Amino acid sequence: MPHITVEQAIGQALIEEMQHDPRVLIFGEGVATTQPHLVQQFGAERVRNTPLAEAIIAGTAVGAAATGLRPVIDMLFAPFLAYAMDAIVNSAGKLRYMSGGQFAFPLVVLAKTGAGWGVGAQHTHNLEAWFVHSPGLKVVMPSTAADFKGLLKSAIRDDNPVLFFNDMTLGHHAGEVEEGEAALVPLGKAVVARPGRDVTLVSYAKGMHACWQAAEMLAAQHIEAELIDLRTLKPLDEETVLASVRKTGRLVVVHEAGPLCGVGSEIAALVAEKAFSALKTPIRRVTSPDVPTPSSHALEQAFLPQAPTVVATVRSLLD
Amino acid sequence: METILTERSPLGMHESMLLTRAYEEKLAALFAAGNFPMTCSSQGQEASAVGVVRALGPDDQILTNHRSAGHLIARGADPGRMIAEVMGKATGYCGGKSGTLHISVKELGVMLTSTIVGGELSLATGVALSKKMLKQPGIVACFFGDGAACEGIFHESLNLASVWNLPILYVCENNQWQAFVHRRETMVADHLSPRAASYGIASTTVDGNDANAVLKSALAAVEQIRQTGQPYLLETYTYRQKGHISFDDQAHVDPSELAHWLTLDPITRMERHLREIAGFTTGELAALRTKAQERIDAALEFARQSPYPDPSALTTDVYA
Repeated sequence: MPHITVEQAIGQALIEEMQHDPRVLIFGEGVATTQPHLVQQFGAERVRNTPLAEAIIAGTAVGAAATGLRPVIDMLFAPFLAYAMDAIVNSAGKLRYMSGGQFAFPLVVLAKTGAGWGVGAQHTHNLEAWFVHSPGLKVVMPSTAADFKGLLKSAIRDDNPVLFFNDMTLGHHAGEVEEGEAALVPLGKAVVARPGRDVTLVSYAKGMHACWQAAEMLAAQHIEAELIDLRTLKPLDEETVLASVRKTGRLVVVHEAGPLCGVGSEIAALVAEKAFSALKTPIRRVTSPDVPTPSSHALEQAFLPQAPTVVATVRSLLD
Repeated sequence: METILTERSPLGMHESMLLTRAYEEKLAALFAAGNFPMTCSSQGQEASAVGVVRALGPDDQILTNHRSAGHLIARGADPGRMIAEVMGKATGYCGGKSGTLHISVKELGVMLTSTIVGGELSLATGVALSKKMLKQPGIVACFFGDGAACEGIFHESLNLASVWNLPILYVCENNQWQAFVHRRETMVADHLSPRAASYGIASTTVDGNDANAVLKSALAAVEQIRQTGQPYLLETYTYRQKGHISFDDQAHVDPSELAHWLTLDPITRMERHLREIAGFTTGELAALRTKAQERIDAALEFARQSPYPDPSALTTDVYA
């Protein structure tokens, strides 16, 4: 199986799906400029630069999706989505319901997220929970090269609007990745990334990498952590989380987004409602603080959930 | 089965305007009597609606907004299913999930109705892009008001449509009012059509209360779009005779302005045309009004007899 980076995985997914379905097109600011190979292969009609105008990029995608095309739009940095919220939330998320099911919106919104590039809070904001909270949308946030490719392919094939968040610091992370149909990863399925008996760590995106590191440090202390990679935040795979917590009796949720009304809050509420009797200790969350993402490298590292913090949190439950 | 109406004769347009007027008057009366949902009336804008909609063909698509009754009825929508939708009934065009504000009828090509002011402008480019890339016949007509033209998305939409050569008829129904604010408080110019020139888009302003004039301008605009593939901005200069929403008592409206525009009422003007040019008698014109009111009475009865949606519908139609 080829060993490729996350960036290459995204590129492969786009090419394979544009080959697979002539209705797939991609547009956004600089899409054609930065990916001339796509223009060469698929033509200027299907690979388009746009004005720097997020609202109309998103609105155009929504209108096109409802009428026969399957757009992928690259919105660059996640905070720019604020300009596109009306089309994504009010139109793509709601107009199927509000029209009594007359329309469907097969579209994918790509956005870069994740601290680590020192670009500051207007270019880095983990705002995935905004979209999890909005009806009619799906939200994907992978951590591995294989999942980036497999989930992007599935997102493009899905008949609903999918927000696909790409942690920009994972771009050079590499792994084994399948080709073609074998690469597909279904939306809405979490994965047990590492089995363990003592504590369940639930995370996604870059948080998973802190958890893998933490799991190794814990293993050296004879503590076996089970890692759940959510991969898709909406629809949420409740059963995989609950099954793990029922086995381990302990839950720590780790994510880079802030703590208030975040995915971690939802996971904690889910487990409290449906698996409370299995819990041996209180649920804990490890997140960034409720502050804008800093740009200074030192502050960014302090902002991010780090493996030693995860280890200390787990130890506090066991000691 | 829905039937798209394309009848362009003065009488055909008049019947559509009368039906719209009867619909709006009936809903206003029901609200005033209590126990009926609020609506955003299109009264006074009937000529703008029918003149543009009847200039379109069956393959063309329409995006409209919260003041949509005239567009829907001109296109052939059943007032019974419209009132059912307003009342939240299962037989409404959207199964009761739209209510008055967002009625879409895909079969009639009335797509993606958005009531976020300017929402229709954001979606029209995509609908037109599909037509172009999938090589489907027809153009896209996008109705919005002078209020939406003050949103940033107006600029973004016209700019992209121009750059990408999208076949869109932008129809700005300049009805002088932006919710509770008069246009002169938000714009320094009286007209929107001059803005099109800065995007390289052709435009014109037409008397929006003269259905025959609107039809003529719209036919020319549609033909130009079909020939060139380029967007066009048509401004219909008209007046919102009623308040922003049912409970708006128009206490803030200048009585002399309202009185002036009532002398330009599109229906009385068309009646004058039919009487003077086509030889209709006063009795015949009265009979047409009665016929429209009877159709709306029957439509209301259909809606009243219709069931509400089953509560199980609450969670359907969220995802495809």
